[in-house]
Amino acid sequence: MRLKSKHVLGLREMEAEEINLVLDTADSMKEIIGREIKKVPTLRGRTLVTLFYEPSTRTRTSFELAGKYMSADTVNIATTTSAVVKGETLKDTARTLEMMGTDVLVMRHPISGSCHLLARTVSCSVINAGDGMHEHPSQGLLDLYTIRQKKGKIAGLRVAIVGDILHSRVARSNLWGLTKLGAEVVVTGPSTLLPPAAQELGVRATSRVEEALEGADVVNVLRLQLERQKGGLFPSIREYSRMFGVNRERLALAKPDVLLMHPGPMNRGVELSSEVADSVYSSINEQVTNGVAVRMALLYLLLGGGEAA
Amino acid sequence: MRLLISGGRILDPQRGVDGEGDLLVDGDRIGEGTRADRVIDARGLLVVPGLIDLHTHLREPGFEYKEDLVSGTHAAARGGFTTVVAMANTSPVSDCRATVEWVIGAARARAVVNVLPVGAVSKGQKGEELAEIGDMAAAGAVAFSDDGKPVTNGELMRCALQYAAMWGRPVITHCEDRQLAGEGVMHLGYWSTVLGLRGIPAAAEAAMVARDIMLAELTGGRLHLAHLSTARSVELVREAKARGLAVTAEVTPHHLLLTDEAVATSGFDTDTKVNPPLRTPADVAALLEGLRDGTIDAIATDHAPHHQDDKDVEYNYAASGISGLETALALVLDRLVGQGLLELGQAVRALTAGPARVLGLDRGTLAPGAPADVTVIDPSREWTVEPALFASRGRNTPFKGWKLRGQAVLTLVGGRIVHEAIA
Repeated sequence: MRLKSKHVLGLREMEAEEINLVLDTADSMKEIIGREIKKVPTLRGRTLVTLFYEPSTRTRTSFELAGKYMSADTVNIATTTSAVVKGETLKDTARTLEMMGTDVLVMRHPISGSCHLLARTVSCSVINAGDGMHEHPSQGLLDLYTIRQKKGKIAGLRVAIVGDILHSRVARSNLWGLTKLGAEVVVTGPSTLLPPAAQELGVRATSRVEEALEGADVVNVLRLQLERQKGGLFPSIREYSRMFGVNRERLALAKPDVLLMHPGPMNRGVELSSEVADSVYSSINEQVTNGVAVRMALLYLLLGGGEAA
Repeated sequence: MRLLISGGRILDPQRGVDGEGDLLVDGDRIGEGTRADRVIDARGLLVVPGLIDLHTHLREPGFEYKEDLVSGTHAAARGGFTTVVAMANTSPVSDCRATVEWVIGAARARAVVNVLPVGAVSKGQKGEELAEIGDMAAAGAVAFSDDGKPVTNGELMRCALQYAAMWGRPVITHCEDRQLAGEGVMHLGYWSTVLGLRGIPAAAEAAMVARDIMLAELTGGRLHLAHLSTARSVELVREAKARGLAVTAEVTPHHLLLTDEAVATSGFDTDTKVNPPLRTPADVAALLEGLRDGTIDAIATDHAPHHQDDKDVEYNYAASGISGLETALALVLDRLVGQGLLELGQAVRALTAGPARVLGLDRGTLAPGAPADVTVIDPSREWTVEPALFASRGRNTPFKGWKLRGQAVLTLVGGRIVHEAIA
């Protein structure tokens, strides 16, 4: 079985069996990362370019390492040091990179839909590494992978996503992936940061964090972008932390074996207290390793692989 | 020169005429009788008053790379429009006698259809001080509008309505609360949530429609509401009309035919980006009902041509607008009349007598003595929307590739043939 599209633009556009294929493939990739010599020849002669219009530590690095562990040639472009600062358009930049022999372009961009524009422009594969508030599919997949690894399944689990759902591409990719695989999803946060039409998305929305956390198998806490407060969406960081932050008392409402996740980077003491972030419930560090495995799986599936990894 | 358009179905809603017959064009006026120098066989064709577009962006002066008076009015002629109302958001903004006279003079020299200039409401469309509305009215401005830059200041809008009323001219308002609309790029709702694009709530329009109606009531001024897009706006206009206020309204073909879902199905195609944004099926239904019951007076294109470079970018960066002159008629005939959503007479009225009445023009009719602005339509001609073939420089249309039935095959402006494509 293969992925139906040569691009990975979002989980809304993927079917459940494709998502499961990625997760299954990631299992064997994770085994490679655990080896002493973390290198297989699978993608030798293939070229991966990461094109990032926004800052990133873990996503960019994990795509690069994913490529390198499989012997692909990798090039990273940060737009602040590229011709983009000279006013080059996205389409022109993309065509330039394509003409150099790129096999897969991994892009992060502040505007929703930009990866669709990119995919229409180039003939190589495109992976969305986060576009505006739209989707961040590789993050969604690594979250699913982590849940499956820790809980052994996804169907039937109760998953609470906490924070700024409205502006979050991680939330969108998570809720598509989780609902497709049969989880029960509740999103929670201040009403000004919850999306309209949550019910139509197939999830439950509540502004009572305690209600959302009660009996949860998984609690995924999103990063609060602190500049939202300036936009009038909530009164202060202090109030946010008191009313909506996940701390020991609130986490105690969840199941005793709750899995706590955060896509990073964290605002310690704001959306998540340090004592729970560093607790036994937390899989935040595990998520990072899984991110490399899932991205290896995506590259392998898109570039055909050929020989077994 | 006497031209006889013979044997067509003549439809002139203003006079209640609908039947086969001959139409004589005598010089630059509609004549009477059948003695002619040339006869055009119009059997099987529809003969209607020249279409009038209340809302056109011709882009000249200042944005000639998007459109100019020649390309824009050729697009109008091809689309069956004989009169276009040219919006003032050019560069420089048309906000004084000199620019209004320039538009009239340049149009006389180069345009192929009637160009009626709109003057700005405020100097530079900055929304701060009234522009010289009286002087522009005397120079020939038919209405006043800061279209594209909605007037935020309620007091300025009150003054504009009251002041323009001295010359009997309407103020055309693009209703949008700019703070509520914020950085929105599409309708706020399910699809904006799915796509992660910032949304413009329906209330951003309806709240301003309500404000402007109240100001029209306060001042007794003439208010025309541009490109309505929400169900609540239609209700507000219906109520205003029921109370006898001098309020009129228009709607575009794209707001009657597309919804916000188009942004998703097209994969973020920036040709779906338009302001006001494409709304929901419920809004579309309400707009259609408003058109049928006369709440909405006119179908206007909001022809907003853009260069490819302004559209071929990320969604948020893309310019808003749709190039509409060459698709409006066929969309209305095929997708509204052809689908039984609107009667043919209602459609023709909304493109002729309706807009003429909004501006108090002596056009939009085929009455003897009226200016010889005539559009002949082949209602069964099938064609495909191919933007590359447009006369307009703006190829930005979400209707590209649509197969449509119905097309203008002869357009006469003041008795002069400006477009002819009779098979």
